[in-house]
Amino acid sequence: MNLVTISGPPSSGKTAVILKAAESLMKRGVKIGAVKFDCLHTDDDLAYEKAGIPVKKGLSGSLCPDHYFVSNIEAVTDWGIKENFDLLISESAGLCNRCSPYIKEIKAVCVIDNLSGINTPKKIGPMLRMADIIVITKGDIVSQAEREVFAAGVYAVNPSAIIMHINGLTGQGAFEFSTLLYDENTQIDTLKGKKLRFSMPSALCSYCLGETRIGESYQMGNVRKINL
Amino acid sequence: MSQQELLQYSPQQLLKIYPFLESFFAGQNWILKQNHQQKLIELLDQLDEEQQEDHAFDKADFIEQLHDFISQMEAFVGQKEKSVETLTVLPGNDKSGNPENFEQLIFKTKTITSIVGPTGSGKSRLLADIEWVAQADTPTLRKVLINNEKPDNSWRFSGNKKLVAQLSQNMNFVMDLSVQEFLELHAKSRMAANADVLIKRIIDAANELAGEKFLPETPITSLSGGQSRALMIADTALLSQSPVVLIDEIENAGIDRKKALKILTGEDKIVLMATHDPILALMADQRIVIKNGGIHKIIQTTEGEKAMLKQLEMADQKLQNLRARLRGGEVLAEA
Repeated sequence: MNLVTISGPPSSGKTAVILKAAESLMKRGVKIGAVKFDCLHTDDDLAYEKAGIPVKKGLSGSLCPDHYFVSNIEAVTDWGIKENFDLLISESAGLCNRCSPYIKEIKAVCVIDNLSGINTPKKIGPMLRMADIIVITKGDIVSQAEREVFAAGVYAVNPSAIIMHINGLTGQGAFEFSTLLYDENTQIDTLKGKKLRFSMPSALCSYCLGETRIGESYQMGNVRKINL
Repeated sequence: MSQQELLQYSPQQLLKIYPFLESFFAGQNWILKQNHQQKLIELLDQLDEEQQEDHAFDKADFIEQLHDFISQMEAFVGQKEKSVETLTVLPGNDKSGNPENFEQLIFKTKTITSIVGPTGSGKSRLLADIEWVAQADTPTLRKVLINNEKPDNSWRFSGNKKLVAQLSQNMNFVMDLSVQEFLELHAKSRMAANADVLIKRIIDAANELAGEKFLPETPITSLSGGQSRALMIADTALLSQSPVVLIDEIENAGIDRKKALKILTGEDKIVLMATHDPILALMADQRIVIKNGGIHKIIQTTEGEKAMLKQLEMADQKLQNLRARLRGGEVLAEA
């Protein structure tokens, strides 16, 4: 089985891009499964189901979504192997822009959109910087110049990645993208022992543990102060 | 320079050798806060683990990316890219698997090809084949050659080098900048030489296309539809690096379409134009008819059609004049 992790800011078009690419792969007879990680709510699992793709969804709720991801991805991979998928796609929203759910030796894709603003590539950390493939969406509604400026911004942050433009509505570019997702010769049996490409942020303070009161005396653990 | 050698330089020295690193350093928050005269290796050593965490930063990753960026940029800046003179499409299949009935389809610089066919007939697929420089590895099994040769893969994967620029009715400016600032930003991202001259040329050209003039200080988001289109066309002609321009219909109002096409072909672009407007379609040197996902026919614009175009343009001019007079508050016909 191949595993691909796809992440990107909310509403950047991850699901649309995946579904269009999956369509091409399924035509080739590739058996696909998906898992959607999100925070509070998602209906994307219905979209996968509608496309005939077996899907699991994981909501992190009160936990840090990326910590939740990394504690569950191994079991999800085992599920994919048991189901005999050729390709398992893990989709997760990058919620705080700091984390990336990328794993060493596992293909990592970041989806961002042209509307998100010219400085966005700089704001997104390892999620963009450590991706193997960067997909830029919503190019059909901005000018050619803005597309070029945005792509240059992405390139400056991650010069090693393959940068592709995909239209999530018409699917233009999705076939080409799909050819990069699945490789018959790649085979993973387990994630045990593999490592994250980048550490998750350290966060252990009283608020992680459910504190709601504001004030110095309620703050404990890993606390940092703004420089005013 | 190897990764190890790079470490022996300071950011300031590196910027002197490689001015293009400005954009790379701008994307690296932590470096902005450092003493730029110190060697990179020292700067990196000073960052403790907590600071690395804070900047979501990884040393090995950083130096590798710096190295990648420099080597790719050097290749990009240094080598005088061989320009694209012709683009050739070799036939594949339509949606039903029937072979396409043509020998080869050639697009040359300075020429215009119109593309006709109903929505969903396969125009996007043709364009995607060109963009991906298909090598019988897309659903149509078409092959695309550049300058009559099998092109290298960098056209597919490089963020800086895309074969096709696109213009369509649905595109809008979304950045909150003035025309001047916007063009400066674009020129910078392209690392264009003598940007000032270029920017002035773009604004002049756009103003010549648009009925109503705008200033360099005008915010791009407050341009009218015609002005936006004019600026997009002038900018794509003069500043985009893509040798192929695809136009998805240009509206008739507020822009001189004939001049627009002339600007594009004048800048050695290969122009493809999806349109069902007879005036535009007949301005093209050739047109291709797409049907059921395949190229059904390639038609060279006939002499008769060119004569017809003259008449159509005259009729169009008449309409335009009426429009101008209406705008001026005239009565078009007495009772």
